[in-house]
Amino acid sequence: MQVKGEYKPLIVAFCCNWCSYAGADLAGNNRLNYPDNVKIIKVPCSCRVNPMFVLRAFQRGADGVILCGCHPGDCHYTSGNYYTRRRMALLFSMLNYLGIEKERTRVEWVSAAEGAKFAATMNEFTEAVAALGENKRLEDLRCKK
Amino acid sequence: MQKVTGELLINKALELLDNGTVNRVLGWKRGEFAYDMTPAVFADAEELKNNFVFNDFCGANFSKYLIAETRKEGKVLVFLKPCDSYSFNQLLTEHRFDREKVYAVGIPCEGMVDISKVKKAAGDGILDIVCENDGLVVKTLYDTDKVIDCKEVLAERCVSCKSRKCVAYDELLGENGDVLDSSRFDEVEKLEKMTEDERYAFWQNELSRCIRCNACRDVCPACTCEKCVFDNPDSGVENKAVSDSFEEKMFHIIRAFHVAGRCTDCGECSRVCPQHIPLHLLNRKFIKDINEFYGDYQAGAEVGSRAPLVNYTVDDLEPSEAVQKGDADNA
Repeated sequence: MQVKGEYKPLIVAFCCNWCSYAGADLAGNNRLNYPDNVKIIKVPCSCRVNPMFVLRAFQRGADGVILCGCHPGDCHYTSGNYYTRRRMALLFSMLNYLGIEKERTRVEWVSAAEGAKFAATMNEFTEAVAALGENKRLEDLRCKK
Repeated sequence: MQKVTGELLINKALELLDNGTVNRVLGWKRGEFAYDMTPAVFADAEELKNNFVFNDFCGANFSKYLIAETRKEGKVLVFLKPCDSYSFNQLLTEHRFDREKVYAVGIPCEGMVDISKVKKAAGDGILDIVCENDGLVVKTLYDTDKVIDCKEVLAERCVSCKSRKCVAYDELLGENGDVLDSSRFDEVEKLEKMTEDERYAFWQNELSRCIRCNACRDVCPACTCEKCVFDNPDSGVENKAVSDSFEEKMFHIIRAFHVAGRCTDCGECSRVCPQHIPLHLLNRKFIKDINEFYGDYQAGAEVGSRAPLVNYTVDDLEPSEAVQKGDADNA
């Protein structure tokens, strides 16, 4: 449970329906621990994630955004994650160019069989974001709670 | 100083109007000020003779105007500078207008002048500017006439001109130039070499001036959606007055992202920005990244080429590698 005053980063994880969401399910079935401040949003395919979704997540208070999809080559829709890969490479590079901490964004490929990888990734990513502290550079003061 | 004169263009236009090839002409006319050249459609010879101008201030890219113009009856004549011809091709690639309804005349360009640089060089109170052979003759309220060399007041995009080659035309006036080995990524590299905090401070300073006039979007030949995502009242960034620093970042990142891979680097966004935000630096970052990650690509160089963001290879760079690559270059 969160102690008042203690900082816990809010992580938004976009997980594709076919691999990563099932991977998260497997992590749960196997009783693997990962932080409760990771909020999972299920998307049909990682390629459904519009760059605006990522920015919107930051606007609404996320401290880190991670995209999880099927491994390249394993996309349920054949090629969706190949497009994700190009888009996010450019978007993250641009965010870095604008001086937004590059540790706040990540793309990770997690298959339905990789429950352990899902939990490990989330633990590691949450720690990395927690080390950065609150997201100040892409926050929207109007959305502050 | 331009190699082709307004007179030459008027004669060409008159000839084409006369023989019925076209029934109207897309060109420039003088606006409120001597340095304010506005796009206009000329339908008759008289109007053309009196109002058509072509000089060092005719920076406007006409390609986007063709979308609306080609929906009308008859053929339209358009003059394309090398920059514009790339946008022309890009729009054709995207099937945005009917090529059959356009007669394109390619014209050489010696680079356009940035009025803010002229104002800096000549001082306040500019009454009139005449484009002469040896430069701009500026008449001001306070001084005698000043002659300014065009080379010294060239717009940023023209200093680092990428190409003097018209890539699309039905007819060419003058000689065609070459694709240049430009230094257009120098500024981007300079920014990349800064630390994260410096970069953030730089962009915060630039983007905070944004007044969300949407001129960059409206003028962009790549931004041709009938309904723009930023017109959506739920976009979260629809306010006219910027009410939070997030808005301008969101707007400019997404604006640049939406034209990534399709941007021909014509530099119109920076030209029209009333706040002088170097918007081309955002577009060029994407172009530079695309060149580095996925191989050299020039949007609009040919009709029908596949844009990098609607394409892929199985062994593309991972996003984490892409970000690290930028950092490795810095070290």
